[in-house]
Amino acid sequence: MFFKKKAMRLASAVLGIAMLGSVFAGCGDEAASSDDIKVGANFELTGNQANYGTACMEGLKLAVKEANEAGGINGKKITIIEADTKSEAAESVNAATKLISDDKVVAIVGPAVTANVIAESDVATQNKVPIVAPAATNPNVTVKDGELKPFVFRSCFIDPQQGTVMAQFAARDLKAKTAVMYIDSSSDYSKSLGKVFKETFEANGGKVVMEEAFLAKDQDFKAALTKIKTANADVIFVPCYYEEAGKIVKQAREMGISCPLLGTDGWDDPKVADIAGADALNNTFFSTHYFDQDAEAQSFIETFKKEYGHAPNVFAALGYDCGKLLIDALKRASSLDGDAIRQAIEATKDLQVATAKITMDPSNHNPIKEAVIIENKDGKYELKAKIAPEK
Amino acid sequence: MDFTHQFVQQLINGVSLGSIYALIALGYTMIYGIIKLINFAHGDIYMVGAYIGFFAVTRAEMSIVPALLVSMVVTGLLGMLVERLAYKPLRHAPRISILITAIGVSFFLEYASMYFVTPTPRTFPNVIDNIAYNIGPFVVNGQQMMIMGITLILMVILTYIVQKTKLGKAMRAASFDVETAQLMGINADRVISYTFCIGSALAAAAGVLVGVYYNSIDPLMGIMPGLKAFVAAVLGGIGILPGAVTGGIILGVIEAMVSGFLSSTFRDAAAFGILILVLLFKPSGLLGKNRREKV
Repeated sequence: MFFKKKAMRLASAVLGIAMLGSVFAGCGDEAASSDDIKVGANFELTGNQANYGTACMEGLKLAVKEANEAGGINGKKITIIEADTKSEAAESVNAATKLISDDKVVAIVGPAVTANVIAESDVATQNKVPIVAPAATNPNVTVKDGELKPFVFRSCFIDPQQGTVMAQFAARDLKAKTAVMYIDSSSDYSKSLGKVFKETFEANGGKVVMEEAFLAKDQDFKAALTKIKTANADVIFVPCYYEEAGKIVKQAREMGISCPLLGTDGWDDPKVADIAGADALNNTFFSTHYFDQDAEAQSFIETFKKEYGHAPNVFAALGYDCGKLLIDALKRASSLDGDAIRQAIEATKDLQVATAKITMDPSNHNPIKEAVIIENKDGKYELKAKIAPEK
Repeated sequence: MDFTHQFVQQLINGVSLGSIYALIALGYTMIYGIIKLINFAHGDIYMVGAYIGFFAVTRAEMSIVPALLVSMVVTGLLGMLVERLAYKPLRHAPRISILITAIGVSFFLEYASMYFVTPTPRTFPNVIDNIAYNIGPFVVNGQQMMIMGITLILMVILTYIVQKTKLGKAMRAASFDVETAQLMGINADRVISYTFCIGSALAAAAGVLVGVYYNSIDPLMGIMPGLKAFVAAVLGGIGILPGAVTGGIILGVIEAMVSGFLSSTFRDAAAFGILILVLLFKPSGLLGKNRREKV
């Protein structure tokens, strides 16, 4: 027994030295072969969510380009390794696995859409590679069955915050007593927002008198809108993405619905005004991540326009924020080990990004970040309120 | 709003939506009538038509009618090209091969377009003034009337081609039996090619009208209307021209009524439920009779 123990000790010592050696050797190799820090960018580059993924990717690339021009991370440049989720949850997992095992990235940014982030998060946890999601607002992105996913972060606010903010705005500022909800039944985003809106609105003394549904990519909303018109509600809550938002606002006004329409961050895109027209958009309000006329956002918007020749939409801004968050953490991290990066992201404090100043909440991996409410007025955005999350 | 009022308003909504389904369904049914192919790429041809119309309006600064014609011609030629390259080599292959090819063509058109025009939706400029007409308490707008009007004109032209011209006669003959028609001296390849051309041109017209009416087009816009038009074609009796129109309008009206009086949540369930019911109880469709003349 004694002998055996001694042999074990000897063996482990030898093994330990060998491993230490290999660690140093590894370091030497890495320094010789490449100076770059590899960051994975797993986004919806093709498929029906490609407009969100490609916009995020543009923002992320800009953040990385700026960081590299400013000297990189302690002298090392960041390289982005692109991967495509093809707008499918299963492909998102494959792409993340490839980034981790083949490309050996230190962290992953993306994807844009909630379902794809949730799918990929197990791979990240198993391999201890941190992922930061730029735009996934569903609460379940960072927690699973009430437990925090140690390596999954996001850099935007969460749906309950938006739903609450809009319901309170409807009840208190617009003095609405009745509301209709028109929900995209093919999207978790829309459904979870509807749920929170209803709870908060009814807790504030209002009543949701009708709930109708549509599907993403629908073209015609007039039948449901004809019915919604009969409810004669004070406000209509339409949490959805911009393409449908534009069409719904346009058709609602054509049908003679004149009450305020309320939306969420999915509405934050110039396309809404293109599709609906400025007149139809009057008397509509939505919550979003930032107000594009804020002084802090201007330098981002200018640089972005110079780089890509068009104005950034909100997904581009969020992709940029996410890049900023990760770059800041990489600078502060004690090493490029997954745990060290995770701790550095958790310690993010008062970091100025394009949309706000953010502090990471280590207890739920969501940043503490205010939401803004914007009114569409004659084709322009007007800031109505900035609301910090309730604790 | 009382019941009758809402009913009539939903009828207007339904007929204008149904006109679009009808235009797309016509192409499905013509192609099925002749080569027994369910052309799953048809919805994507409709999408390409919308984009050609869009570029004709924005880049070439055409007004709506010339843009519609340009789109119909170019998309018609594209339809012929697709047939020549993808389907013709499989003319004597098992039907499942050509069906799978159609799905492949569909994906090809979707993702090639996504590559060239980016996945971002485009918005049509306002090509015609959209005046809302209040007829009593009902709202009909200029664009809805334009859609119904153009659909009607195209259907009259199509009926003329099929019933009165030599090409139409050849098409009708080929739809009975391609081989026998060939024995009678009909150039079947040319007839099939023209059928794809006409069907694609109709889809292009639908695409442009949808672009103008709903003001937004994107590379994946053809998937759902393509499926709905397929349901419309089956509902009316696939292979029968008046059936496609009837099926399209009925489907549009049913969707509007279900959204209006039951719940919009059930709308698509109703549309595809109809497909199942038709297939169970009257597989030949509403207008389908065994001895009916087909195109």
